[in-house]
Amino acid sequence: MEKGKKTYWKGLEQLTNDPAFVQIERNEFPEKLPLKDEEFGASRRDFLKMMGFSVAAASLAACETPIRKAIPYLNKPIEIDPGVPGYYASSYINGSDYCSIVVKTREGRPIKIEGNKLSAVSGGGTSAQVEASILSLYDKERLQNPTKNGSPITWNDLDKEVMALLSSISAAGGQIRIVSNSIYSPSTLAAIEAFKAKYPGTEVVTYDPVSNYGITKANETSFGVAVVPSYDFSKVKTVVSFDADFLGTWINPILFSKEFTKTRKLGSGKKDMSRLYSFESNMSLTGANADYRIAVKPSQQGALIVSLYNVIASKAVVPTIGGSSSTNDAISKAASDLWNSRGNSLVVSGSNDPGIQTIVNGINSLLANYGSTIDLGKSVNFRSGNDEQMEKFITDLSSGSIGAVIYYNCNPVYDYPKGTAIAANISKTSLSVSTSDRSDETTSVVAYQAPDSHFLESWNDAEPIAGQLSLSQPTISNLFNNRQAQESFLMWSGNEFTYYDFLKANWEATHFANQSVETELQTFWDKTLYDGVFVPAVSVEEKSYEFTADLNATAQNIKGSGSGLELVIYQSIAIGSGNQANNPWLQEMPDPVTKACWENYLTVSQAHAVELGIVMSEGNTQKVDLTINGTTISVPVVVQPGQAQGTIGLALGYGRKKAGVVADDLGLDANPFVEVKSGIRNYNITSGVSIAATGEPYRVAHTQTHHTHMDRHSVIQESTLAEYKENPAAGRHFPKISTSTGKKQPYEVSLWEGHTYTNHHWAMTIDMNSCTGCGTCTIACQAENNVPVVGKEEVLNRREMSWIRIDRYYSSDAEHGDLKALEKASENPEVTFQPMMCQHCNNAPCEAVCPVAATNHSTEGLNQMAYNRCIGTRYCANNCPYKVRRFNWFKYHDNRDFPENLSMNNDLGKMVLNPDVTVRARGVMEKCTMCVQRIQYGKLEAKKEKRRVKDGEVVTACAKACPTNAITFGDLLDSESKVSKSLRIEREDNHMRWKEERAYHVLEEIGVKPNVWYFTKIRNKEA
Amino acid sequence: MHATAAVREALVTNGKTVHDVTVDICSRVEEKPSKLWLASIAFALGLLTVGAYALYLLLWNGIGMWGLNKTVGWAWDITNFVWWVGIGHAGTLISAILLLFRQKWRMSINRAAEAMTIFAVICAAMFPIFHMGRPWLGFYWALPLPNTFGSLWVNFSSPLLWDVFAISTYFSVSLVFWYLGLIPDFAVIRDRATNKVSKAVYGALSFGWDGAARTWSRYESVALILAGLATPLVLSVHTIVSMDFATSVIPGWHTTIFPPYFVAGAIFSGFAMVLTLLIVTRKVYKLEDYITINHIELMNIIIIITGSIVGIAYITEFFIAWYSGVPAEQYAFINRATGPYWWAYASMMTCNVISPQLFWFKKIRTNIASTFVLSIVVNIGMWFERFVIIVTSLHRDYLPSSWAMFYPTFVDVGVYLFSFGFFLFAFLLFAKFFPVINMAEVKSIIKSSSEKVSD
Repeated sequence: MEKGKKTYWKGLEQLTNDPAFVQIERNEFPEKLPLKDEEFGASRRDFLKMMGFSVAAASLAACETPIRKAIPYLNKPIEIDPGVPGYYASSYINGSDYCSIVVKTREGRPIKIEGNKLSAVSGGGTSAQVEASILSLYDKERLQNPTKNGSPITWNDLDKEVMALLSSISAAGGQIRIVSNSIYSPSTLAAIEAFKAKYPGTEVVTYDPVSNYGITKANETSFGVAVVPSYDFSKVKTVVSFDADFLGTWINPILFSKEFTKTRKLGSGKKDMSRLYSFESNMSLTGANADYRIAVKPSQQGALIVSLYNVIASKAVVPTIGGSSSTNDAISKAASDLWNSRGNSLVVSGSNDPGIQTIVNGINSLLANYGSTIDLGKSVNFRSGNDEQMEKFITDLSSGSIGAVIYYNCNPVYDYPKGTAIAANISKTSLSVSTSDRSDETTSVVAYQAPDSHFLESWNDAEPIAGQLSLSQPTISNLFNNRQAQESFLMWSGNEFTYYDFLKANWEATHFANQSVETELQTFWDKTLYDGVFVPAVSVEEKSYEFTADLNATAQNIKGSGSGLELVIYQSIAIGSGNQANNPWLQEMPDPVTKACWENYLTVSQAHAVELGIVMSEGNTQKVDLTINGTTISVPVVVQPGQAQGTIGLALGYGRKKAGVVADDLGLDANPFVEVKSGIRNYNITSGVSIAATGEPYRVAHTQTHHTHMDRHSVIQESTLAEYKENPAAGRHFPKISTSTGKKQPYEVSLWEGHTYTNHHWAMTIDMNSCTGCGTCTIACQAENNVPVVGKEEVLNRREMSWIRIDRYYSSDAEHGDLKALEKASENPEVTFQPMMCQHCNNAPCEAVCPVAATNHSTEGLNQMAYNRCIGTRYCANNCPYKVRRFNWFKYHDNRDFPENLSMNNDLGKMVLNPDVTVRARGVMEKCTMCVQRIQYGKLEAKKEKRRVKDGEVVTACAKACPTNAITFGDLLDSESKVSKSLRIEREDNHMRWKEERAYHVLEEIGVKPNVWYFTKIRNKEA
Repeated sequence: MHATAAVREALVTNGKTVHDVTVDICSRVEEKPSKLWLASIAFALGLLTVGAYALYLLLWNGIGMWGLNKTVGWAWDITNFVWWVGIGHAGTLISAILLLFRQKWRMSINRAAEAMTIFAVICAAMFPIFHMGRPWLGFYWALPLPNTFGSLWVNFSSPLLWDVFAISTYFSVSLVFWYLGLIPDFAVIRDRATNKVSKAVYGALSFGWDGAARTWSRYESVALILAGLATPLVLSVHTIVSMDFATSVIPGWHTTIFPPYFVAGAIFSGFAMVLTLLIVTRKVYKLEDYITINHIELMNIIIIITGSIVGIAYITEFFIAWYSGVPAEQYAFINRATGPYWWAYASMMTCNVISPQLFWFKKIRTNIASTFVLSIVVNIGMWFERFVIIVTSLHRDYLPSSWAMFYPTFVDVGVYLFSFGFFLFAFLLFAKFFPVINMAEVKSIIKSSSEKVSD
């Protein structure tokens, strides 16, 4: 120090060099930082959270008036902690689909939907449509006011006018119809009863957008109960499916996927799995997951089912039945498997022909599956639509004998085959009302639009399956001037209380009264609301059912196979019946099998495509003229390996005209082609179908354009059950690197010791045996991580932004090494699904090449991206062997060029964004972060309790959403974690090894040492 | 035995004197711009305008204006970058390495070759900047600048960063070397200048050159030192550029042969570009006596040699792919030759390996027209070489699910045209306002290697 310069001390402690002072002075913050401790109200962290919240609050407020100021709460609502998510159990009730859900809200905005594990109806799983429905809430195409012929009207005026008309119609003895999809809410039914009491001419007509009425009808003939029964796939050893896509779209795929894959899990002593036979025409998700897939024409189905019955009947020593039958090896093999696992088997058919379903019932009954895998007592109420009623309604409507019609949250003008007749004859009624919450083909033809609230804004209850109840609660107040339809019914019937009071009173009178666990209504109510589900003590009385159908007579009506081209109309996994068509997440979600998105198309077999002169590459294809019973439309073709010869497939849900900016005019409407045969909808058009090549070029957007795995064993490793039983490492591929000291495993050849992790080491395992490829994880990821939608044109440019994708590979008949031939899939290929996301390599090639170190490795094994630092050289993406990095080619938010990107291009849509995840700027790279925001949140929560994170507390969005639990996430340094256990991790002087024979790293040979393991795919087939 | 070396052909023909040299070269600078020159510069500016529009679209909207996708993250951008860097190799090689080897024939071509180098390197350097997603930040974030963020620093293990150093070093040394050589010639123009502006401008440019013996001595020493410094750079620049690919894990990129193969390719394309430009300059400026058939033949011989090295490298890659036993690597090479981009591979093989072999025929290598055509063919081939390496390796790498095609857009082509426009524009300005031949050096061989003397 210079002479004469004064020295100042901070205090006497510094002068005396007090050890305590010296200790404290070393710290950046001498005093302890006030984290969220009880004694400190608000803190720095809370302040930041508050700021984040304020921005969100401003956007929420912007729905009414564009206020752009951040205004903090003066008095904070007690249930909202800024920055702390709230979770509410509720129910997804949409069309004829149901799922019990938990809604995550941030600062009063629902931002994510997850499955409710307590539910026996959906088993804690979700589907892509359920996950995506959160965005539909914030769709500005929803109706924002009650309207009369399109112009806004007040609720008061609407009520007055509607009630006046209803009263006059009712007084004149006129007929009133409430048309709806299946209604399975007991309280809604009670509200409708009240309405009926006021207006005696009222009848309820229910239909489902996709009909299962054939099953209902068959059960009526077979057992005297007109229901769709519950199927229990968790007990099955053998399943034979005739065109029933139970993993994708058939009745309750969320639960079926969960239960079915339970029977397919291997390891930890379990060395057996179920076997699935699939006889189908289109390549469905179920067929793609089948051990044996037999491509058949729809017209062959009946005969095959008859012969299956006969083979089993001869085993059971009961009389066989006549009718046309056709047998093959697969049928006799399936029959003996079914017979050997009787009582633990299932035969299901997707046909809507009651005759076929009756014979299927006969088979299941021979196999003693009733009471075991099929429960007629637990009827599936969300598929209780009655096609015959609907047909009668249309006849009545056309004859002008109906005075008033109320469309309760349904859109028959679009999704019923005779929609045009409904639209044309609506003028014959004196009153027509729709309660849909969004404008659609039906609301645009009715006189009054009385928009319901979105299900996330509603109180409701549901009994999706007899004896399984659940509640819905609003997670946000009405965004628009909407009113719950039930309240409208109550209002019109003269009851002026809210639906909430009605609902609660209804529960008090029924379920509260019939239970004895809780004595206080409020406690009972709160607990049920908290759980979201409720199972009454005596839910369904056990009954035995006698199979009484005359099978011989039924079989006589089954026709043999036709010779012409046959059209199979199906539902796509993403769009389904099309009621969420205006949801861009679903539009851009590639179909799990075709990998195409943004429209529907005709699926055509490879051989047929050759005949038509169509070669598909990079989405380049042609349009053909499809003629169905005289109507010709021009439709693009997608070549589909596995499509049965002589059949073509077309998806429902597209060709919307009044759905909104996203969905309008995407693809073609297949509904008018659905036949109505003796009052029941039939989706298999077996005559009058022809197609003609036009040569008109067209491009269909695909996210994957190369379809075989080219025999690359380091990518797809698979085996058969028999081989697996002998050797758990069956199907594994062990690459070796030649060195001067002999051949070595790739991981032994390294100049570098690698990272050491001391706190956590996050990792993921993916069981390819459990993954059905349904794609739920991809939408969950999109919602969680603010992944933008880019639109068809950009998907064609191969620039979709998905952080997690599901690679779908077909097998090829070619010899190993014949590279050209390996590019072509088999005519009826085996299918493998492989979810692919950032592998969080420990020797990450991307990290080494970034010039500015924007992508780097965390101390917990994550490969992380600092978006702010990224300059966008794309070198990392080029050097990524898994090609999982996604570049922001354009500015996707606030950009008029991307109107489809709803979640980022208007203030309302932006409410869905997860405030914990940055919306990425143009020119930066992004990719899977293993939901680092969830990891941080879990760590902070644990830190507050002064403990380590427990396994299961941090779950990535994809793992949480997966209905089949194929994805497991956890900490490898926690020896008790599920990942550690499933991999059977062993440690030896800082080196980690995994003992699980099925677990492998994709591309092990390049030595990047990923933190994601895949478990070999095992097929239960004979070699 | 007594061996007698064959009499070397004269490097300057037609009995040019020292004064002739001055007049022949300086008059080009002094005369009014010709109509041909004006037309050419208008064409160059036209290219630049079209290119600038494409560049505007790119910078305003984003990299999505190019045809790149999730699988192919680099295509024309880095192809153009490597291509221009490669072209930029000839100048320094001619002036530095040939100087060290005392190859006097370099003297009449080194000036233009070096100018071409400078412009080519500038063109090359555009692409790493324009190809960034956020060039407004990237252009300086890629430099190891001190900052207030503590440990936030560039990543020294990234080959892209090595590129930054390699290119900037090469550019600065080449520029200094080139300028140093220009100083005595600028002084000549200055001394001959008749109007004030020229006098002032060339006076400033010539840094007060006085032509004293001591000045000449220093000039030569510095030239030699710079030649020594520049020589390793000739080899290092393209070695480092090749490491962008060689250090990656992508099959077709991950190849140890890349450094020598890239350097040979660079010299190959550089010489071809020198030939293309000089054949035109020679004709227009009537410099046949300085740039003789002999020069052209010598350059063509270098093209045969480097072209053959490149050809052997291509074949070696195939052999190693087979020998390695790595399926992805084998596929990458089979896909190059027979996959969807087979035509790019075929163009590369035809232009780079087969066509230069024609120069084994003396008639072809001493024919101006055929040399001109082949020199362009070689550079087309070299562009395809980089395209093949970058695009066909990326478009089908490890996971077949991600295989994709790359289709260029107007903006891809436009930005390439922009670099062309700039290059032509700069070269035309050079040809008009700078002495295109190093007068000082050529004058030094008039006595020893001019026809008059040898007569």
